[in-house]
Amino acid sequence: MGKLYDLLREDYRVKEGLKTCINCGTCTAICPAAEFYRYDPRRIVDTVQRGNDEDIEALLKSETIWYCGECLSCLTRCPRRNGPGLVIMALRDLSARLGYFVESEKGRQLYPLTKIMTGNILKYGYCIHPDTFSWEDHVESGPVWKWHTEHLEDSYARQGANFRGTGPGILRNIPKESLEELKKIFDVTGATERMETVERFSKAKAEEMGMTMEEYFRHTFEHCSDGHFNND
Amino acid sequence: MIYQGKQKIWSDYQKEIPDDKWYYVRSCIRQNFFPASEKMFLEICRNVLGKDIYENEHHTTCGGIAYHCDTIPQETAMTIVARQFALMTEAGYENYVASCITSFGNYTEILETWNEFPELEARIRELLWKACRKEFKKPKHLAHSSDLIFKFRNEIAEKAKFRLVNKETGEPLKVVEHIGCHYSKMFPSKGVGGAEYPYVLTGMVESWGGNIIDYPERRHCCGYGFRQYHVKANRGYSISNTHKKFESMAPYKPDMIITNCPGCPYFLDRWQYVIAEMEGKTYGQNGFGIPVFTYEEVAGLVLGYDPWDLGLQLHQTAVEPLLDKIGIEYAPEDKYKGVDSKDIMRPELPKVMKCF
Repeated sequence: MGKLYDLLREDYRVKEGLKTCINCGTCTAICPAAEFYRYDPRRIVDTVQRGNDEDIEALLKSETIWYCGECLSCLTRCPRRNGPGLVIMALRDLSARLGYFVESEKGRQLYPLTKIMTGNILKYGYCIHPDTFSWEDHVESGPVWKWHTEHLEDSYARQGANFRGTGPGILRNIPKESLEELKKIFDVTGATERMETVERFSKAKAEEMGMTMEEYFRHTFEHCSDGHFNND
Repeated sequence: MIYQGKQKIWSDYQKEIPDDKWYYVRSCIRQNFFPASEKMFLEICRNVLGKDIYENEHHTTCGGIAYHCDTIPQETAMTIVARQFALMTEAGYENYVASCITSFGNYTEILETWNEFPELEARIRELLWKACRKEFKKPKHLAHSSDLIFKFRNEIAEKAKFRLVNKETGEPLKVVEHIGCHYSKMFPSKGVGGAEYPYVLTGMVESWGGNIIDYPERRHCCGYGFRQYHVKANRGYSISNTHKKFESMAPYKPDMIITNCPGCPYFLDRWQYVIAEMEGKTYGQNGFGIPVFTYEEVAGLVLGYDPWDLGLQLHQTAVEPLLDKIGIEYAPEDKYKGVDSKDIMRPELPKVMKCF
């Protein structure tokens, strides 16, 4: 077994999610992602199980590990109680740590995702916040959401929220000392380092693609090439 | 499956839910999109049922969405959760109730992983101390807020002003129940009724007079998929899965959908609007969509709360057809008013799906 395989086996999600896969394909049959993407979790688990480092490296640089929606329906159905979704999470984690994620279009989406999610957590204390969930980037939220965002203070007040208020309640401003604690947690648990790694590899890739970081953000957030879907 | 078979499965997946003294943590998505549902949860538990549900301003996101978007390491998510448990411990509570299904799944996964790998729990305790100088006890009981409404469903039914019954025909309404994937797909024993036939919403609907529809894609994901929605380029995945569910449930002509997940009601509501705009197809009657509700919204409706106090004006799929079927009165002119009837204009109407 190789070095990458050993790194994966250290991940608790692999310890829990990969016992002995019998290659039955139940996970693929039930998978919402496999229905639409060119995606086969059975093959991914089998590749990891075989432990060949060359194949695992190809997986870490591939599109396929980014198709999963992490619904974990596979965990319910697997007759051996494996969790292909958990194995995918470990693969993505390793791909991010090693910078391999920039080698695939879907992997490069880690840059906008990291900017949005970690930015929201550290600035607001929420994963999602009205300040960064614009109607323009989410037109499917419909005219009612457009109206809501144009009357944010009044609409949230009508809903009984404590929007930008102090004390407990809905969408309150989370106290500064709590946000500082989140930052310290990020620092000591590897999230800050992860953000820096994603930034560093993304910058190099953006330069290679001839884009500014703003252009790279929009491109990775919005662009979908042909070839990902079963019916492409 | 025959009904007796389901009863047997449900009896195998019972969950102990204490009836009082809970430490409450909010949901990132629900605070944004269904804020009045969280308000109604506290209103029902505290003011209608007289329960002690405590909230502390210092609690934050559990980090679950960021974790499932693969943007933070597992140890970060675990330490954020450990901090939440420390806040519960400091407040003197032992029962922990989460408003969010992703959070509930996150907490469940973490507690189960710590049980299996105690050295990891020890490491997280060290990291929390290093970062925040905090210590914690693990919750004695962990619940999702729908578990509590399920537990109190019969008390709610006793106080109800309306039932989930068509006022014209006297027939029970046909209800689709949709359970968030992370409620019990990972750890079936942690959800009321397990993963195959979860009883948490079915129990509410039965108590409040409705009939549950069983349809082929009942357990299929709504299509959230974390990165498959939060990245604009991936949203084809999200709408395709919602579309699959609606095509599967449509022949059964549901009157309404009830959900217990933060994202699911948003996607089932909004993608109906998009499918109508893209394909000209609507799934409800007479050009409307099928109204989608959170369980607190449904509880609030049967208890007789004003629909606009429940936040139903933030839905894109019109709820009025369902209100009319039950016979719930409402003031159409107040739908989009602010506090004290302040005029804050009104949304444009969709081109295809009927709305008010």
